[in-house]
Amino acid sequence: MSRILSISGRGIPLRGNDIDTDRIMPARYLKVVSFEGLEKHVFEDDRRTNRGPHPFSDMRYQDASILVVNSNFGCGSSREHAPQGLARFGIGAIIGESFSEIFLGNCSVLGVPCFTADHETIEKLQTLIEQSPETVVDADVQTGRITAGPLTFTASMPTAVRDAFVQGKWDPTMMLLDKFEEVRAVGQHLPYVSGF
Amino acid sequence: MADTLFHKVWNAHRVRTLPSGQTQLFIGLHLIHEVTSPQAFDMIRQHGWTVAFPERTVATIDHIVPTSSQKRPFLDVMAEEMTVALERNCKAFGIKLYLPDAMEQGIVHVIGPQLGLTQPGMTIACGDSHTSTHGAFGAIAMGIGTSQVRDVLASQCLAVEPLKVRRIDVNGKLPSGVYAKDVILTIIRRLGVQGGVGFAYEYGGTTLDAMSMDERMTICNMSIEGGARAGYVNPDDTTFAYLKGRKFAPTGAEWDRAVAWWRSMASDKDASYDDRVTLDAPSIEPTVTWGINPGQSVGVSERIPANADPEALAYMGFDASMPISGTRIDVAFIGSCTNGRLSDIEEAARIVKGHKVAKHVKALMVPGSREVALAAEKRGLHQVFIDAGFEWRGAGCSMCLAMNPDKLEGRQVCASSSNRNFKGRQGSPTGRTLLMSPAMVAAAAIAGEVADVREMLEAVPA
Repeated sequence: MSRILSISGRGIPLRGNDIDTDRIMPARYLKVVSFEGLEKHVFEDDRRTNRGPHPFSDMRYQDASILVVNSNFGCGSSREHAPQGLARFGIGAIIGESFSEIFLGNCSVLGVPCFTADHETIEKLQTLIEQSPETVVDADVQTGRITAGPLTFTASMPTAVRDAFVQGKWDPTMMLLDKFEEVRAVGQHLPYVSGF
Repeated sequence: MADTLFHKVWNAHRVRTLPSGQTQLFIGLHLIHEVTSPQAFDMIRQHGWTVAFPERTVATIDHIVPTSSQKRPFLDVMAEEMTVALERNCKAFGIKLYLPDAMEQGIVHVIGPQLGLTQPGMTIACGDSHTSTHGAFGAIAMGIGTSQVRDVLASQCLAVEPLKVRRIDVNGKLPSGVYAKDVILTIIRRLGVQGGVGFAYEYGGTTLDAMSMDERMTICNMSIEGGARAGYVNPDDTTFAYLKGRKFAPTGAEWDRAVAWWRSMASDKDASYDDRVTLDAPSIEPTVTWGINPGQSVGVSERIPANADPEALAYMGFDASMPISGTRIDVAFIGSCTNGRLSDIEEAARIVKGHKVAKHVKALMVPGSREVALAAEKRGLHQVFIDAGFEWRGAGCSMCLAMNPDKLEGRQVCASSSNRNFKGRQGSPTGRTLLMSPAMVAAAAIAGEVADVREMLEAVPA
């Protein structure tokens, strides 16, 4: 598995707190047996009902790969279809004020780092991208350093998640299978597994 | 050393610290359904892995099941394809599956407890955020994504990080007309939809002590709406009485040893917590959401806040400072993993009995499982709803999330006993949801508008 050390690309600012996964991927697109093609439906209803152009429909942010959001992004349903859709749309990293835990976990196993920074810093970054959509955002996973034109700041990430990206161990199945005798031993010690 | 249930369960299931620094946690019970599992099985096949402990995974079909007719093949070809895929996957890997025609059929978070699969001291995972429901039994139960479903299938483990624990005490007697749903909506209103991020919520206090398992499940179910990935209640005699005699509960001498172990896993009296919050039950009112997240709620006698979020007001078509009571509704929905259990149906029936649903309202009563439906029918409750003008449906997730034919249309307003009032949640991109207790939904169905159930209860003999 590859190490994920940095992500670089143009940004896409998406303002608003508590943007839930029903909005990222409406439930009707969960009626599938694969994740293929989900990128077509990212924010579909928001894009249709938004008063102005929704950032995901705005040509200025075409081909952007770094999503910049506010707080509690990805709350609600655990559907991995939401981060799958974003990743397949081309989002390689997300920088925000905070994330729902299930969403963050889903992004991590897909190799999409989620960085956090305070409200003022995020707003500055969103404003910068809105004013100069061509700005390239560089995000360094190991140091958390984010650079975008004149703006530089240090964002954070849970240590274990960061280390998993840096070591190339973000997709955990192989690690979980690595010492399987220990898994069996824990199971045997649990009375409801081995018998009360 | 005095410890919390969370830490005791975590430590009993901890396999090791992974090279990444995360904890490898053994998952005691894995529940799967048709929506979030097909891709996980595909990944297992692609890598040539197998299912490590097939006997520790149980499958059901709930999200896409039509509630008007559950005859196979389903009319919706995708719903049928997803069902066939789960059948094939369960057969290939030796996993127990409850199909729509099984007596045990129902919403995954209703049937797990009902079958006695959910037990104290367990770790439980399911590809569904409302897995927190199972915490009502003193389990650590978490929602996961599809890649994590794959991990649990392959290894019976998750790579996770521990949560902090916030103790939430609710004390005192709930007033008549105020229910578990109002308690959890009030907790989320007070702590916010982000307040629980990084925490497991431990619910306790005299109000919780007096609650039935159905009520505790309603509270734990919505932990995730407050941002907490897990929520739990310490196991006690109420828990054990519920479990005794259930299909998968221990029996005989094993039962006594099980109860002793379950008791030992409860939080110790002098355990310390990362945070504590206390609520006063007698001050809680029947609660109704006015906005687009479950934290945006008011008591039924209150007005929408003067400083209400403009985006939410615009979507809902409401004005700041307007009373929520009297808001006209188009649809009434009683059901879901939050409030689709027998006690919910009984309480709603008390309100509905002898009344008629308002002419302009479409009203659905959807039991959470076939067993719940049959128990209600045995008591004649289905007739109470049918006589009042409700549709009495088959078990499933129904209008909670719009992955089946039960959906809002256009800008309809729905009084709903479900768990999420997100934009578009109930199937129409412009549909509007007002969350409330099943009794409040029943009251709204009859009045045709948001009404105070306490006034209707005054006329009902206890």
